[in-house]
Amino acid sequence: MAAPRGAVLDVGVDTSTVAPVRRQRRVGGLFVASVIWIALVALGAIFADLLPIPSPTDMDMLGKRALPSAEHWLGNDVLGRDVFSRLIYGGRISLTVGLLAPVLGVTIGGALGLLAGYFRGRLETFITGGVDVLLAFPPLVFALAVTAYLGQSIANITLVIGVLGIPAFTRVARAVTLSLSEREFVTAARALGATHSRIILRELLPNVALPLVAFFLLGVAVTIVVEGALSFLGLGVPPPAPSWGSMIGEGRESLDIAPWLAFLPALFMFLTVLAFNVVGDTLRALTDPRPGAL
Amino acid sequence: MARFIGRRLLYLLPVLLAVTLLTFLIASLLPGDLAVTILGDQATPEKVAALRAQMGLDLPLWQRYLLWLWDVLHGDLGRSFRTGETVLSAVGDRLPISLELMVMAEVTALLIAIPLAILCAVRSGSATDRFLTGLAFGKLSLPPFMVAILLIYLFAVSLNLLPATGWIPFAEDPIANIRSFVLPALTLAIAEWPVLMRVLRSDMIATLQEDYIAMAKAKGLRPARILLVHALKPSSLTLVTVTGINIGRLIGGALIVETIFALPGIGRLLVGAIYARDFIILQGVVLFVAVGFVVVNFIVDMLYAVLDPRIRHGRA
Amino acid sequence: MNDTPLLSIEGVSVSLPTPRGTLRAVDGVDLALPAGRTLGVVGESGCGKTMLSRAILQLLPKRAALRGRVMFDGRDLAALPREELRRLRGPELAVVFQDPMTSLNPVLTIGTQIVETLQAHLGLDTAKATQRATELLAEVGIPAPAQRLRQYPHQLSGGMRQRVAIAIALSCEPRLLIADEPTTALDVTVQAQILDLLAREQQRRHMAMILITHDLGVVAGRTDEVAVMYAGRVVERAPTPRLFKHMRMPYTEALLAAIPKLDSAPHTPLPAIGGRPPDPTRPLPGCSFAPRCKYADAVCEHTKPALDDPEGAGALFACWHPLT
Repeated sequence: MAAPRGAVLDVGVDTSTVAPVRRQRRVGGLFVASVIWIALVALGAIFADLLPIPSPTDMDMLGKRALPSAEHWLGNDVLGRDVFSRLIYGGRISLTVGLLAPVLGVTIGGALGLLAGYFRGRLETFITGGVDVLLAFPPLVFALAVTAYLGQSIANITLVIGVLGIPAFTRVARAVTLSLSEREFVTAARALGATHSRIILRELLPNVALPLVAFFLLGVAVTIVVEGALSFLGLGVPPPAPSWGSMIGEGRESLDIAPWLAFLPALFMFLTVLAFNVVGDTLRALTDPRPGAL
Repeated sequence: MARFIGRRLLYLLPVLLAVTLLTFLIASLLPGDLAVTILGDQATPEKVAALRAQMGLDLPLWQRYLLWLWDVLHGDLGRSFRTGETVLSAVGDRLPISLELMVMAEVTALLIAIPLAILCAVRSGSATDRFLTGLAFGKLSLPPFMVAILLIYLFAVSLNLLPATGWIPFAEDPIANIRSFVLPALTLAIAEWPVLMRVLRSDMIATLQEDYIAMAKAKGLRPARILLVHALKPSSLTLVTVTGINIGRLIGGALIVETIFALPGIGRLLVGAIYARDFIILQGVVLFVAVGFVVVNFIVDMLYAVLDPRIRHGRA
Repeated sequence: MNDTPLLSIEGVSVSLPTPRGTLRAVDGVDLALPAGRTLGVVGESGCGKTMLSRAILQLLPKRAALRGRVMFDGRDLAALPREELRRLRGPELAVVFQDPMTSLNPVLTIGTQIVETLQAHLGLDTAKATQRATELLAEVGIPAPAQRLRQYPHQLSGGMRQRVAIAIALSCEPRLLIADEPTTALDVTVQAQILDLLAREQQRRHMAMILITHDLGVVAGRTDEVAVMYAGRVVERAPTPRLFKHMRMPYTEALLAAIPKLDSAPHTPLPAIGGRPPDPTRPLPGCSFAPRCKYADAVCEHTKPALDDPEGAGALFACWHPLT
């Protein structure tokens, strides 16, 4: 599609000649609320062991599906386990997988994308071809199949989701590198006789890093959802470890008598995913000069 | 046009080959001995060795791959060692159900997304536009399994309007068949529409600035014709791509939704194979789904050419 | 010029909000055009001539604000309900845009784009409309018209595309045709053909036409009257022969001097107009052309000259120091 045509005069600074800089933009209340929510979940996850809450795995056989009380703030689940405690510990799993898997993706994918975008040629063909092959597998099918072979564990799930994220990070890093390679500051460095590694590490990496960080946060959101889906199916984090996904799955069985058992973890997960999406999207808008880019 | 198809086909073949290789490698390189899995832990080493020889598991990896590929090319994807059913017949039985689900879901999603996108584009920047784009953004954070829980709670548990689980063959009772698909299809549609709407909205906004839209207005065409013919058609290129790309997500979503609503489709077959550790079925289904996905994306590329005559005539 | 005008523009101003403040694209323009006559609107790019044409057609961008009246056949187009305006566009008012690359829809066939116009206004069935579309293409000089109907815009050359655009504009026999720089985007060799085609059809159909251009040479001999625009205002307006014989405004003179002449010696430098038009978001208190005008003095810088006809000769100009 052609660029929007209009009667607006272009009076802006010609951005192509200026080295990319972060533009100042006001951030909204939603952004602040998102950051606060993420911080709360993260603090809960880190200090869960120190909090004055019951164990997430202790079963109170007499208190199955108990209503909220002073002892159990949000009541108990079908097996009499404390819901609030399980939500806090569930956040620990969601955040662990959610942060570690994209780290794997951003490291490998980012490096591949940088190399493909900088060196072009056969290497680029090979890397983009590999990315296309990996993208040929519907992500959830791939994740399910591989965890089925590898066995269910947090490490395996993190590994699989991390590998699944590589293509997306590769594409973003390659696209940004391609557009940067033609800029003056890279040409200048090249003309001054800088080595390839110096150009990649000192000139390109700092500029590719910013869009990748924004994309990383969106990756966290996706990862939490995928982990949730796997655990929901009972094919993710092995029980009895509490995960929001498995809590929703278990709560589904008593949707008619105690719907909150499914809705509470769903709400926690939704808010966390939303918060990462809001923060990631805000950062993406700040670093992406193209309006409305996908 | 023929050259265009030819070029795309040339790219399709290596990708398909790589997909078969990767599927094979995942199943072969990962730890665990298939013969032990089949025979159980108590099997004697002689029995295991005999089965390994019978299945060709003692051959070098590349030979096994070529033998397997040869069988696959001849339509033999293997046979479940639990039920004895061939992969092909298992997939064949369940495919129509998954297809019915996905088509219903995608059509519903488009029926929601297209009018809303047009509305937002025509009134871009208005309160309606901001509300709907905000809603779409929020919805991106609500995965299908949560939507499913909400819909089951609302329509099956509280209102008791629709069945929460189960499937009745179309031939047996068409209306009950459709009813059993309503909630699963709606779940997937609710997951899909925001992506479609966002893409179409931003393309529509760009298209509405084009000279040929001003020209269409100057010709005194009815607003409906300007929007639906002059603006929607050139704006739908990205929509078609995204619809294609989303088929991957849709397959993933269908997998979950089929499991939740107990629809005996491909997704349920896959999940069932995992629960039962039926690795032959698993490998076959993964291959089938991945190949199907690649082929669908190829077809989407072809649709491009139908929508944009410039590509069809080899210019763009 | 004593016929009742078909189109009369009364005090029309167009302003657009921009990040730098309000942009006055058109500033208090009055024009009148009788049925069957032609008016040339001439000026540099950015002088507001395209915005003026969009204001007549009611095709301004959403954010633009229009003031004044655009009277067409006794009705104010700016105040007309949308549906009535739609019925006027086509059979009464039509337009040919500057760039036929962008003004034809790339994903619809030529045939569709003509036929839909005929069907929207004349109620023809598909067979009759297709028949008429073929005739129209033949009238604007497109060979093998029946085959062209099935083709897409990108399969035609620029000149052919502009002929298609003209055929579309003429399809419902409009009483007023606005041609907005119809040849600017075309090869020099086809420019004259397109202009002659427009002139021929205008005569044949006895329709009124506004020819918008940046080239004074284009309007000479093809229009009855010429209005010269600068910085959103009409600065000189006169019957075409009179304007060329006796121009009063220094800007018009500069525009004319900027046309390359065939009989000049080779390597003669082109007398381009020095300087740039004023910033339209920062209007000047005096004559807008003063900073670039060789005759300007203190009066020009402080007081805006009105568009006036001091000699009563039907030749209006806005200048403190008119050429004699």
